[in-house]
Amino acid sequence: MYKVVVPGDFISDEVNRAGEGTYVDDGKVYAMNYGIVHDKGEIKVVALSGKYVPTNGDIVIGKIVEISFPYWIVDIASPYEARLHNSEFGRGTERKIEFGDMSNYLDLSDLIVAKVLNVDALMRVDLTLRDEFKIGDRGRLIEISHTKVPRVIGRSGSMIKLLKEKCNCFIFIAKNGRIWIKGREADMNLALEVVLMITNEAHTSGLTDRVAHFLDSFKKNREGDRE
Amino acid sequence: MKEEEIELIKDGKRLDGRGFEELRPIKIEVGVLKRADGSCYCEIGNNKALAAVYGPREMHPRHLQDAKTAVVNYRYNMAPFSVDDRKRPGPDRRSVEISKVSRDALDPVILKEYYPKTAIDVYVELLQSDAGTRTAGINAASVALAAAGIPMRDLVSSVAVGKIDGEVVLDLNAVEDNHGEADMPVAMVARTNTITMLQMDGRFTKEEFERGLKLATKACHEIYELQRTALIEKYSKSVGEGEE
Repeated sequence: MYKVVVPGDFISDEVNRAGEGTYVDDGKVYAMNYGIVHDKGEIKVVALSGKYVPTNGDIVIGKIVEISFPYWIVDIASPYEARLHNSEFGRGTERKIEFGDMSNYLDLSDLIVAKVLNVDALMRVDLTLRDEFKIGDRGRLIEISHTKVPRVIGRSGSMIKLLKEKCNCFIFIAKNGRIWIKGREADMNLALEVVLMITNEAHTSGLTDRVAHFLDSFKKNREGDRE
Repeated sequence: MKEEEIELIKDGKRLDGRGFEELRPIKIEVGVLKRADGSCYCEIGNNKALAAVYGPREMHPRHLQDAKTAVVNYRYNMAPFSVDDRKRPGPDRRSVEISKVSRDALDPVILKEYYPKTAIDVYVELLQSDAGTRTAGINAASVALAAAGIPMRDLVSSVAVGKIDGEVVLDLNAVEDNHGEADMPVAMVARTNTITMLQMDGRFTKEEFERGLKLATKACHEIYELQRTALIEKYSKSVGEGEE
């Protein structure tokens, strides 16, 4: 059963188990976020909303918003902008990108899949590219709250597996709450609908079963239409 | 300047029928604005306040950024139609002051160090006003901040006490405020009874002040429960519906 708490709610006396989303005051553990209590091992409060803050190693989907030699400035759906150095192209070769040449590689409003290389104390975020990084014109991008990402993936990937199977789509979920879907038009519509359903009901239990049920009944209806 | 005398207390009751220690009816609703990161609508009697929180987001202009913490901006604004005589739109001396004290009332509970270099923008619009708008605004803003997922130590609750016809009473309305002898808005953290804002207009004796503060403390605890309930109910509706 989920327990919702608001900031300042008393959670426990076990100070040494206080984890993320909590703070300790006068030997007691209190909630720091408006969220749901997880009481396994560490006591955590998982926030129901909030902005994404990048950490090292996160895979994110970013959008190029500015070119300022030798960096691309990338919006990663966070209060902090990220930057991508132009040496990320042709790593390991002698090739260098010249001043006016950067937009030939990545232009404004291009979407990329990147990994957070480093976040320094001043919240400067450096990105590095993955092998398959460029998101083409095909497909769609959905933006949800990053707090809902674990729910869309599901316990050990159960939800996302279900989605990929039933919707027959390529689906990529980035840590910053952006989801890239690629497939046939009708399949993408269905996937979009299900993702919105998951985000709206993210705090309820038995969600994976309900999603499976929804997808099955949808499939049946569609096959019925064809006959 | 002596105004027309109005009898504010009749047969031990106030003009609107309340007792001395009684709050006006309060309604709090969470998540009323789709585009805001967190929002709250709060009605206290005839006061109607709408709070919207945006952020943490990038701070502009850049030179106002703080490398160590987030910066909280608070704008208190009265709609031109919120009072009997049309209020000239835009910030004025009064609303600038209220914005400042309200910001300072909420600032101590926000854990700003989690989002360095950003801005947290709080906008409070008063759609209808009947004395005690800053307290309604603070109550709404505090809930909206929590709803936006901003890390906080506690919620802040706020209420005013005043003096009418020589009696210390809770939560003045406009008539009582205009014809009464004193008005004292208080904002506090209910859990620890920490006062984050206290202003006074008019005069209290020391005894009256202490009694007023006691009334306000008790009322803040009531308001805190309403704020908390509003936030929890937003999610409890669907929680538990699903099978285990």
